Amino acid sequence: MAQVSIRNDILELTPEGPRLIGSRCKKCDNHVFPSTKGCARCAGTDMERVTLGTRGKLWAWTIQGFPPKSPPYLGEDDPTKFRPYGVGYVELPGQVKVEGRLTEADPRKLQTGLPMELTTVALRKDADGNDIVTYAFAPIGQGA
Amino acid sequence: MTDVAIVGIGIHPFGRHEGVSGMEQGAHAVRTACKDASIEWKDVQFAFGGSAAAGAADTMVSQLGLTGLQFINVANGCATGGSALFSAYNTIRSGAFDLGIAIGFDKHERGAFRIESGGKGVDWYGGSGMALTTQFFGMKINRYMEQHGISQRSLARVAAKAFRNGELNPNAWRRKALTEDEILASPMLSYPLTQFMFCNPGEGGVALLLARGDQAHKYTQKPVFLKAAVVRSRRFGSFEVLAPSLALDWSAGPTVDASKMAFEIAGIGPKDVQVAQLQDTETGAEVMHMAENGFCEHGEQEHMLAKGETEIGGRLPVNTDGGCLANGEPIGASGLRQVYDIVVQLRGDAGKRQVPNNPRVGYTHVYGAPGISGVNILSR
Repeated sequence: MAQVSIRNDILELTPEGPRLIGSRCKKCDNHVFPSTKGCARCAGTDMERVTLGTRGKLWAWTIQGFPPKSPPYLGEDDPTKFRPYGVGYVELPGQVKVEGRLTEADPRKLQTGLPMELTTVALRKDADGNDIVTYAFAPIGQGA
Repeated sequence: MTDVAIVGIGIHPFGRHEGVSGMEQGAHAVRTACKDASIEWKDVQFAFGGSAAAGAADTMVSQLGLTGLQFINVANGCATGGSALFSAYNTIRSGAFDLGIAIGFDKHERGAFRIESGGKGVDWYGGSGMALTTQFFGMKINRYMEQHGISQRSLARVAAKAFRNGELNPNAWRRKALTEDEILASPMLSYPLTQFMFCNPGEGGVALLLARGDQAHKYTQKPVFLKAAVVRSRRFGSFEVLAPSLALDWSAGPTVDASKMAFEIAGIGPKDVQVAQLQDTETGAEVMHMAENGFCEHGEQEHMLAKGETEIGGRLPVNTDGGCLANGEPIGASGLRQVYDIVVQLRGDAGKRQVPNNPRVGYTHVYGAPGISGVNILSR
């Protein structure tokens, strides 16, 4: 079954893999995700669309141990079926630290500095039976 | 500019109150504060008030009395109460009025805060399972523990202290002591934080009457003076709650800024503080906020907690009313609850939870989304 992005201006599904869309300030090179029209560093307004890098290092992490409330959550919120998932910030070199889900949910397998790469996880089916996916980071070598 | 004194305090017990609206809890706090200062509602010249989920504060006048006073609603997330107090403090300092009130109240549904995007298009952040404040607290303390050598046992010590203190506070919600092992064994909500290390959204109301310092003795024998009231937002590069991305740059958060500025205004330092309220949304927050507010170096908390230095009888008692952990977090009321407890302590009226040796200087600190801190310094 096909995959559809949770939101195309955040996450693009390309033939080369998932890509995150952010902004770059043309004046001070500050990167931000998701895209914005103003720069939080220099207050500039000349921002350009940028496709962010797909690899980086884990900077901070936790494990989401209980089902988030739905709405707004689109994934499994039934406590009997819910499975914990990791959440963390991955530092994309020279760009920005992006917050995302992690494919790994075992605290013994996560640590700051761990190399990570961008992937996707399915949240639920849409009306046409496609998987609605969001982005996630996987430890390199364990990608989806 | 004139001094500002807190001359009357009122609280509606925190917790869950079936059939009592958040607004009614706020009104109860207002009446109690007026009684405490031996005045009537019609004597109050102005009000700043707010709630996050229990209605517009100014509509409260229909149950308190339509006196025509200036009433301004405040909405500033977790700093709503602190912002109401800041506004009331400066209104009196400016000379515009002599007597006014800061009010905060709230009533939230059970479970973690439900945070939904108000923007256009699909709520991708909440939809992806990241719009949870609990995750930020887990990530921040997890990284902090790794960097500064804080153990999970320390996180349990903070919770055990909160519930012990809550047991001594008649207005607290959680009034049953728990052992460190019970706290560590409760379900893991956001690693490394377990269920009993987190506070819960709840209900309650607080009101504080403020007067010109030179008129304080008209209302009370025990005025407590507000020496500084500061609210600060985040700067570029700080690590804050509900942030889809963070800059590569690093800067200290709004707590460090607010704390430094408040100490500067008050003309004292952290060593002069004898009782403190530090935001304890969860136990890791209290640990980190000890250092961010200047009360210790990063990492020192480990042995301070082991030695009981933040207990009621310790060197720097922290959250003597049980904090957010034992009182819950009704957003609008929470910051004012901290100030309420400091006033009780400085008056010497805290009963079983009274800090010994007649403390003269107290401190409060609130932190919340999207990266805002409020600090108050009080003395008698």
